Amino acid sequence: MPDAVGCWGPEPGADAVVRAAWDALAGVMDPEIPVLSIVDLGIVRAVSADTEGRLSVALTPTYSGCPATNVIVMEAETALARAGLDARVSVVIAPPWTTDWISDAGREKLAEVGIVPPPSSGKRSLTAPDEVIACPRCGSEDTRQISRFGSTACKALHACNACLEPFDVFKCH
Amino acid sequence: MSTDLKDALFGYTLRLGDTSLVLGHRLSEWCGHAPELEEDIALTNVALDLVGHARMLLTYAGELEGKGRDEDRLAYRRDVFDYRNHLLVEQPNRDFGHTIVRQFLHDVWAVELYERLCASRDETLAGIAAKAVKEVRYHVRHSGDWLIRLGDGTDVSHARVADALGRLWPYTGEMFERDEAEQALVAAGIVPDPAELKAAWTARVEAVLEEATLDRPADGWMQKGGRRGEHSEHLGYLLAEMQFLPRAYPDANW
Repeated sequence: MPDAVGCWGPEPGADAVVRAAWDALAGVMDPEIPVLSIVDLGIVRAVSADTEGRLSVALTPTYSGCPATNVIVMEAETALARAGLDARVSVVIAPPWTTDWISDAGREKLAEVGIVPPPSSGKRSLTAPDEVIACPRCGSEDTRQISRFGSTACKALHACNACLEPFDVFKCH
Repeated sequence: MSTDLKDALFGYTLRLGDTSLVLGHRLSEWCGHAPELEEDIALTNVALDLVGHARMLLTYAGELEGKGRDEDRLAYRRDVFDYRNHLLVEQPNRDFGHTIVRQFLHDVWAVELYERLCASRDETLAGIAAKAVKEVRYHVRHSGDWLIRLGDGTDVSHARVADALGRLWPYTGEMFERDEAEQALVAAGIVPDPAELKAAWTARVEAVLEEATLDRPADGWMQKGGRRGEHSEHLGYLLAEMQFLPRAYPDANW
C-alpha cells in the first residue's frame, strides 16, 4: 500500500483558524516521549474547517494498542479549547502511521535526549545488512540489541559495548 | 452490501477480534512472571498490540451488527459460548516454551492473513489489516527467533518446545476452517481464501521448525469448535478474570 506523506503544518494559504489549530496542536506533547509534540510525531493527519469555522482534526495512533492514544486525544481537545477553537477530534487508522512521518525537528529532539531516531524505512533493503546503530552517548558503533521491545511500544532496547550504557532506539515502523 | 454478507462479515470480524483479545489477555498473564525482564516487557508489548487489534475489530463488529454493542460490551458482556476465538489462543501459558510455540503458530497465521486482508474489498477491514500487519510482522520475528533458540538449544529446551508443539498442533487446523457464510466473503473478495492461507502458513512454519531442529507433527485429528462457541474449559477461567470488574460494577467509569 502506498504510504501517504507526513504532514507537519497547515497548507500555504490555509484559513486562520486552521493555522491556529496547528499552533495549538504543536504545543501538545506525547505523554510517553514528552520532548516530541504530536505534530513532530506525525500523528496529526488532517486539520480542516467548515464554512462556519468549525474545525475537524484527525489524529492517528502510532501503535494500535498505544495506551497514550486516549490521553493524546483529550490533551488535543483541551489545547484546542484553550485556544478558543471549536474543534472535533477524531481518530483515523488508515493510512497506518509510519516512523517516516516523524519530522526532522522531531528526530533531532529525540537524538538530543539520547533516543536513537528511527532509521528511514526507505533506506532499508532486504539484502542490506542491518543498519548500524551508534551509541547516543559516546558515538561508538559497537552496540548490540538487548531486546526488540522497550519501555514503550515504539522503542527497542540497545546497549553500547564501548561505554556499556543501555539506550533506547525508536523502532522503524 | 447485502444483509447476508454483512452478517457474515460481522461473524468473521468478531472471530478475529475475539482471537486477538483472548491471546492478548493470555500474554498479559506473564506480566511480572516472565523468565527475564526483557521478556516480561516483550510479551506484554505484544499483548498490548493484540488488545489494540481487538479494540479496532470489535468496534467494527459492533458497527456491522448494528445493535448498539461497542467494543466493551462485546468484550465484557459475553459468556464463553458467545466467544468465537480459536481454541489455540485460549490454551494456558504453561511454561515459556509453550507460550512461544503457541505464539509462533498464531503469529505466522496472523501475518499471512493480514497481508492478504490489506487487499480486502472492505475498506475498514483493509485499514485495520494495514495497521495490524506492521505489528504482527514484528511479533513473528520475536516468537520465531525464540523458537529457533529453544528448539536448537539445550536438551531441556528442545524437549519442552517439542512437547508443546505436539500438544498445540491439533489446534492449528481450526485456523483454516471456513463455513458457508465465509465462502461468500471469499467470493466477494473481502477475505482471503483459507486454502491459500494454509499453504503459505505451512511453508513458513516448516522453514522455522527445520531451523529449530524440530519435527513437524503429522496432521492428525484436529480440535475444532472455538469458531462456533464450543470451547475448552480454559476459556471460562480467563473470562472470569478478564470480565470481573465490569461484571461486578456494571457501567463503572474512571
